[in-house]
Amino acid sequence: MSVESLKCKECGTEYELGATYFCEKCFGPLEVRYDHSALDAAEAKRRIQAGSRGIWRYADFLPFSGRPGDPLEPGLTPLLRADRLAERLGTGAEIWIKNDAANPTHSFKDRVVAVAVAKAQELGFETVACASTGNLANAVAAHAAAAGLDSYVFVPSNLEEQKLLATGVYGTKLVGVRGNYDDVNRLCTQLAETHPWAFVNVNLRPYYAEGSKTLAFETVEQLGWELPDRVVSPIASGSLFTKLGRGFQEWLDLGLVEGGQPTFNGAQADGCSPVATAFAEGWDVCKPQRPDTIAKSLAIGDPADGPYAVEHARKTGGGIDSVSDVEIREGIKLLAETTGIFTETAGGVTIGVLRKLAERGELRGGERVVAYITGEGLKTLDATRDTFSMHEIDPTLDSFDAEFAQEVTA
Amino acid sequence: MSVTVKIPTQLRVATGGQAEVEVEGSNVGEALDAVFAAYGDLRERITQDGTLRRFVNVYVSGEDIRFQQGLETQIKEGDEVTILPAVAGG
Repeated sequence: MSVESLKCKECGTEYELGATYFCEKCFGPLEVRYDHSALDAAEAKRRIQAGSRGIWRYADFLPFSGRPGDPLEPGLTPLLRADRLAERLGTGAEIWIKNDAANPTHSFKDRVVAVAVAKAQELGFETVACASTGNLANAVAAHAAAAGLDSYVFVPSNLEEQKLLATGVYGTKLVGVRGNYDDVNRLCTQLAETHPWAFVNVNLRPYYAEGSKTLAFETVEQLGWELPDRVVSPIASGSLFTKLGRGFQEWLDLGLVEGGQPTFNGAQADGCSPVATAFAEGWDVCKPQRPDTIAKSLAIGDPADGPYAVEHARKTGGGIDSVSDVEIREGIKLLAETTGIFTETAGGVTIGVLRKLAERGELRGGERVVAYITGEGLKTLDATRDTFSMHEIDPTLDSFDAEFAQEVTA
Repeated sequence: MSVTVKIPTQLRVATGGQAEVEVEGSNVGEALDAVFAAYGDLRERITQDGTLRRFVNVYVSGEDIRFQQGLETQIKEGDEVTILPAVAGG
């Protein structure tokens, strides 16, 4: 088992394992290449099951030669069967919710950041940084604090207050950029050239992205070493979506699980849907958009892995849909009411698309569907404002009875 | 029109280490052609069949040319044309 090199996904050129992320020949993204030829599936499975209670149980499939130290180990988040949600959707499919809000900083970004920060330390960086739509900001600030590294976190300055507060608290240098995420990302791409910092999603992106595979591995393990028939996942840059596919594929190729790739359904917001549009139009590139949606964590108008997400959805017979801000709010509420899980706007997008698939009759009876909930509802409280009203009463029995006379029978 | 084209670090091997190239051109396509005329190696890295490769982003003074007229985007004296990899972020 070994981590071999970085390899261009477009032209196949290989590079040494360093802080580099795009191909000098064709600008294609670099991806970690492993040599798993010496791996014994049964032995790998035993090692996983005897491993830690988090992502490092999958260390054999991550870009390290051993298990790095990680004081904030994320992962092994709950996978819950959601029969009442299935009932409300009127589908005979088996619906499962992977609640990845149950991570140290309450989003799936802890997975990718744990991998990137460990790699930054291995490569000798003293400062980590990122361009973020919010969740990544929380994760980078926290993991840098835990590792004793300096950090710079760049976000659009109009981000949700909850996400700003939950970043600044860790003592990071929080930089609000007057622009949208794509402006922040361009600035960070330029800064990464001139500053000796580990930008987790720029120059360390090949390693960072590998962390998302652990969501696929956990899904398989938690389903009793079986694959789901279908997955529904949000798409921002498209990295999570494509790495879920790669995670399933690695285990299929190595014989850790039997079957084939699940059908992949991607979820975007109408107000930022470059990948859904490319899918619908049959393009192999994404036309950039200027985002305008309440789903700010998905508001990437120029998605780096968009073309690969489109390709994977097509290849697996799936699709990429988008939903309106109203449908996002309804999705948040539907999930909360039927499962007790309160998700942020990105989860509302995912449930909104799940509902669309059910309404269109695309979910087959008995098929096993896993929907990925990537973030916590407390981070985007504004999305639930005014979706219900409080009963305000005086502290008397009369006042209570007057308010609830219609509902409570004596 | 004289403009500055900024070359990403990883491609400077093709420009003899130059980070910036001063060229003439009235639109982005002409400016890039002028760069390629001086540094032939760059053409194939950045373009394919006469169009930009799909993971190359080009900005004129900070603005993505795909929101404008692509390679036909007009440039004015003193503009800065920046070439960046598209595979960051998210």
